[in-house]
Amino acid sequence: MGDREEKEEGRRRVVFVTVGTTRFDALVSAVDSENVRKVLAAKGYTHLLIQLGRGSYLPSKSDGDDGSLAVDYFTFSSSIADYLRSASLVISHAGSGSIFETLRLCKPLVVVVNEDLMDNHQSELAEELAERKHLYCARPQNLYQTLADMDLNTLLPYTPGDATPVAKHINRFLGFPDD
Amino acid sequence: MVFTIESFMDFLLSFLPAVVINHVLFMFGLVVTSAFSICMMKQMQEDVNVPLTEISNLPLMDKGNGCSFSAVTSTAIISSVIFVITLILVRVLFVIYCSSRPMSRRAQKPVSTLIILGSGGHTAEMLDLLAVLQKDRFYPRFYIAAATDNMSLQKAELLENSLAAEKGTPITNAGKFMKIYRSREVGQSYITSIWTTLVAMILCNGPGTCIPICAIAFVFKVLGIRWSSIFYVESIARVRRLSLSGLLLYKLRIADQLFVQWPRLQQQYPRAIYVGRLM
Repeated sequence: MGDREEKEEGRRRVVFVTVGTTRFDALVSAVDSENVRKVLAAKGYTHLLIQLGRGSYLPSKSDGDDGSLAVDYFTFSSSIADYLRSASLVISHAGSGSIFETLRLCKPLVVVVNEDLMDNHQSELAEELAERKHLYCARPQNLYQTLADMDLNTLLPYTPGDATPVAKHINRFLGFPDD
Repeated sequence: MVFTIESFMDFLLSFLPAVVINHVLFMFGLVVTSAFSICMMKQMQEDVNVPLTEISNLPLMDKGNGCSFSAVTSTAIISSVIFVITLILVRVLFVIYCSSRPMSRRAQKPVSTLIILGSGGHTAEMLDLLAVLQKDRFYPRFYIAAATDNMSLQKAELLENSLAAEKGTPITNAGKFMKIYRSREVGQSYITSIWTTLVAMILCNGPGTCIPICAIAFVFKVLGIRWSSIFYVESIARVRRLSLSGLLLYKLRIADQLFVQWPRLQQQYPRAIYVGRLM
C-alpha cells in the first residue's frame, strides 16, 4: 500500500507512447517487451501509457504492484496534448505533428521510425532533429539500446519556428509595402 | 520524363530575353495565322468545289498539275500548326519568365487567395502561415480540401470565424469553403471547382490535390484568362528531398516561388527560397 501511494502522489513518472493515426505494431510490441519495461522501470519511470492508434497488437496491462511498470493503453483520443503534458518521457512515431507538438511542450522525446512504411521520408526529419540533439531517434529493433544508453540531459530545447519570413517574401513578391 | 522536360526548358529559357515582347506578338500571330488558314481553305473550296472534309483525300500530285491545290493546302495547314505551336511555346516561356520575377507594380488592392489544405500535418503548417498573413491584404480567401478530409476545413473555418469575431465583422463573407476530391480518387469534380482558381494568388503546401489546381491555374496564365501567383511551401518533414508535388512545381516552373524549411534543400534546388522552420 505504502509503495503504491508514493507512486501515485509524488513520484508518478509517465512514459507516453503515441503512434498518431497510424498503425505501428512493431513499436508497441517493442515497448511491451520485457527488457524495455525493465530499463524504463530502472530509469525511474512508474507508468507506461500507450496510444495504439489503428494497431492490432495489444500489450499486456499491468498494475505495477510488484514494483514494475504500470501499463495501460487506449486507441485514440481527440487531443493527446494533455497526455503529452503529463508525461515525463514521450516515445513517438515519426509524424511531424507528434514530433513538434511534443517539442513545443519541451518534453524529452524518443522518435521511432516505422520501417514498414513505403515512402519513408519521415525518417529524414527524425534523423535531422536527432543530429541537432533535440530528440533521440531509433528503430523498433534498437529501441531497448537507445533507451538504455540515452542521457536526457544532453538534449537541447527546440526553439519554435516562425512563419513570418514566408509572409515577408509573399508580400514583397506581390508588391505590398513592408510593415 | 520530368527531367528531360526540365533540361529542354532550361535550354529554351536561355532565349528568354528575346521573348519579352512576345505578348503582343502571340495574339497578333494567332489571329493572322487563323485568318490566313481559313482564307486558304475557303479559296480551295471555291476553286475545286471540294468540301473541306475531302481536301485531305485529294491526290498529292496530279498528272501535269505540278503544284496541286491539296499540296498547297497541306503545306498551309502544316505550317500554320507549326507556327501556332511555336507561338504557344514562346508564350509559355514568357509566362514562366514573368512568374519568376516579383510583380512590377505595387499592390493596389487586396489579393484574392486560394488556400489548398491537406491532411493533418499539412493543415497545421498552413494555419501557422495564415496566422501571420495580413488578413486585409489577402481577401477574399477560398479554401479547398479533399472530400475525405473533414478536419482541415473545420480548422480553417474555426480560424476564419475567430478572425471575424475579433474584428466584429459578419462571418458570412470571411472565407468560403469548398471540397474537392483527392487527386488519387475522382478527377471529374475539378471541372466544377475551376472557377475557384480565378484568384490572384494560390497558396499550397504539399498534398497531391494541389497539382491539378496549379496546373489549371498555369494554363489560365498561358491563355491570358487569369494571372495567379502560385506559392508553394514545402513541408517541414522534407529535409533532404522535395516531395513529388514540390518537385513537379519546381522542375516545371509552375510555382512562382517555392519555399523550403531546411537549408540542405536550398543547396540542392537553387531556385528554392530557404525560410527556416515554420513550426
